[in-house]
Amino acid sequence: MTFVRPVIIFIGLIALWQIVVVVSGAPHYILPGPLAVVEAWISRPALFLQHGAITLAEILLGLCFGLALGVTSALVMAYFRPAREWLLPVLVISQAVPVFALAPILVLWFGYGMASKVIMATLIIYFPVTAAFHDGLRRTEPGWVELARSMNASRWAILRHVRIPAALPALGSGLRVATAVAPIGAIVGEWVGSSSGLGYLMLHANARMQIDVMFAALGTLAALAIALYFAIDFAVRHSIKWQPDSHPDET
Amino acid sequence: MTNSAANPSLSPTPVGLSVRGAHLAWQDKVLFDGLDLDLKAGRWTCLLGPSGIGKSMLLRLILGLDGLEGKSDVISCSDGLPLDGRVAFMAQRDFLFPWLNIIDNVLVGRRLRNDNPPDAQAHDQACHLLSATGLADVAQAMPDTLSGGMRQRVAIARTLMEDRPVVLMDEPFSALDAITKIKLQGLAAELLSNRTVLLVTHDPLEALRLGHSVHVMRGRPAILGEAIEPHALPPRQVDDHEVLEHQGELLKQLAEASL
Repeated sequence: MTFVRPVIIFIGLIALWQIVVVVSGAPHYILPGPLAVVEAWISRPALFLQHGAITLAEILLGLCFGLALGVTSALVMAYFRPAREWLLPVLVISQAVPVFALAPILVLWFGYGMASKVIMATLIIYFPVTAAFHDGLRRTEPGWVELARSMNASRWAILRHVRIPAALPALGSGLRVATAVAPIGAIVGEWVGSSSGLGYLMLHANARMQIDVMFAALGTLAALAIALYFAIDFAVRHSIKWQPDSHPDET
Repeated sequence: MTNSAANPSLSPTPVGLSVRGAHLAWQDKVLFDGLDLDLKAGRWTCLLGPSGIGKSMLLRLILGLDGLEGKSDVISCSDGLPLDGRVAFMAQRDFLFPWLNIIDNVLVGRRLRNDNPPDAQAHDQACHLLSATGLADVAQAMPDTLSGGMRQRVAIARTLMEDRPVVLMDEPFSALDAITKIKLQGLAAELLSNRTVLLVTHDPLEALRLGHSVHVMRGRPAILGEAIEPHALPPRQVDDHEVLEHQGELLKQLAEASL
């Protein structure tokens, strides 16, 4: 049932889409049917794959940098009290500025290439990763810390052997959220200024009324995002095997 | 008491402990002031008393955990050396690390102090302790696959691995079912027979089975009542006449302390 359900949902949505197209009689340049979109994709697969690869590369690089920066910030905040007192407000304030509003500036500074999109994705990933990991590091079971102290462990040893492993499930959750929002950064960056990537392809097709191409690019992006999410989810589950999946209503 | 499971070479020289004039205030309440306690070398001292009287706090004061100051002034060891690094702690919950397997949990003290993997000798020692606690088969298992009783056995093995002359236990068996509890009490008494132990408990039967001396803590600020010292060596049987004899008296003292 676990595997069947998404398939049924997917087929149901496609069917609904087809029904809307038929019932509303919308012209193909406003809302193309699912078949037209599939045809657009099949007629030029290289186009979607090439642009998709660029967007995927931007997302993955953003994830790497965002994860590295987020983990480092959370660790510094957990270990050095002054760093926490100074960094935490900055972090919260930084969230008051929507990343989208920064997109034009980032494109201006870092150009039309991949760099500005990677930075966008990094910025959008940084916060959920930092917040989740820092939260996990703060909420260490007091009994574990008490035990480690009674064993004469140093603060560093407690961080390394107790607080970090204990915070990994929280980091995993943060990484899942980050993966879900990462494509937003890359796509917005591409909309503001670029000459490649799925975001660019969508704007380009839209301007030429090639709505089927636009939908095909959107479908490619959705498939990429879902595949990426499940890959990260799988990786997180397998690297934190000791954390059981809890089903409170089943046990 | 001699036994086959405990390795005598393991046991460090017993150290006695005396607390003189301990003072502790917690959240504007004076829990105790001028409290005296003697832990005889190589003996089990049990501490009973109503909830909130300060038993666990007294234990934590000796353990020297954060926020509880004045330790060095009030605590002295029978050999004149400082207590630092010579105390092991066992809590009500096992606090096993779920990301480490059983043998690594037993060895976690080495990991926490040396910051590197334990040597082969320590590993052999851990294996020996796992056999002594009946856990040899699950050495490679993860903690969440074990029952509460087995997990607490791991905690006992971990405490023994620390190899400290003084062991402080805060209601270590209270979360276990009656039969498991009696088994583990016997096991702990056997394996920790040569240590200076302070056992905080809510269970008069447990105190009378295990303690060389049993104190009731009462009043605010709290003081210690006269010690009950059964003659037979622990662990005593649950139906031992001395245990049954003292149980009534102990319950009476506890009831009075709870008023």
